[in-house]
Amino acid sequence: MAEVTGIKEIIKPENLVYKRTGIMTDTVLSYCPGCGHGTAHRILAELIEEEGLQSKAIGVSPVGCSVLLYNFLDIDWQEAAHGRAPAVATAIKRLLPDRFVFTYQGDGDLAAIGTAETIHACNRGENFLIIFINNGIYGMTGGQMAPTTIPGMKSSTSPFGRDVRMMGNPLKMTDIVATLPGTYYVTRQSVHTPANVKKTKRALRKAIQYQFHNKGTCFVEIVSNCPSGWKMTPVESIRWMEENMLPFYPLGDMKVPDEKTGK
Amino acid sequence: MAKVRGSIVVNIDRCKGCEICMISCPTGTIAMAEEVNSKGYNFAYPANPDLCIGCANCAIVCPDGVITVYKTKI
Repeated sequence: MAEVTGIKEIIKPENLVYKRTGIMTDTVLSYCPGCGHGTAHRILAELIEEEGLQSKAIGVSPVGCSVLLYNFLDIDWQEAAHGRAPAVATAIKRLLPDRFVFTYQGDGDLAAIGTAETIHACNRGENFLIIFINNGIYGMTGGQMAPTTIPGMKSSTSPFGRDVRMMGNPLKMTDIVATLPGTYYVTRQSVHTPANVKKTKRALRKAIQYQFHNKGTCFVEIVSNCPSGWKMTPVESIRWMEENMLPFYPLGDMKVPDEKTGK
Repeated sequence: MAKVRGSIVVNIDRCKGCEICMISCPTGTIAMAEEVNSKGYNFAYPANPDLCIGCANCAIVCPDGVITVYKTKI
């Protein structure tokens, strides 16, 4: 393994502050440089390690860029048909109620083809965690317009920007599921700065712990970037996301359980 | 007052050169190398290692988890 190091005298096991978690396998991530998927995978892996859930976690991976997710995290996985991850997770959680079950879906999977499964699973209050990566574009297929593409945003099928009069309005899935009675914890976060990564990790930790309360679906949206699909450098895509995506998809908790009653 | 000194280790082969660590570093320790790695990316490296405070911001935002961080007080 080729490495470059800073000051060599400091590099001792007792001085270690941050190391890649062992839950992540050695497989090189299949994502483009700067993609938020990698960061989201890593914080999820860190939480599974810190909460001691490696043998209890079952993930359901989607179709999309993160379709190969089962290669990257060393836990049990099930691949679902496109958009059907919440239906598969429902079955897994009902048959194995003591496990930590989650789905990891992009916006093409969750908000386009899988809208019905997502809304019905959240409405039934199925007791698993949905992680929703929203980059406003179909990344894997070549940057086409998705239901979550924001007004005016350019994509390969809306080269002059999304015109809402002709192409319709974007779908804010997180706002929709927050209104459903079955959801327990609904939040929107991002992973583009160190502070946001820490906040997202805190939100995901809460969502993991809430699953063992058996109170309903937890839904964590992570607004992410897609440098290749947006035709930008990773740093430009982060700036663009801060200026355009985050005003449209404001970060924060949408539905939090009442600490006193737990409902 | 004790001064905090840090040091990072970058796994060159896994780095994809996205530069997100560089813009997240509060002290300007990290820069992108002129050379490329086996995949053809300009990898991140500690250009000013004396400035590192071991805050781990670079490692926290790195999508590929290539950075390991060490910190000590001197």
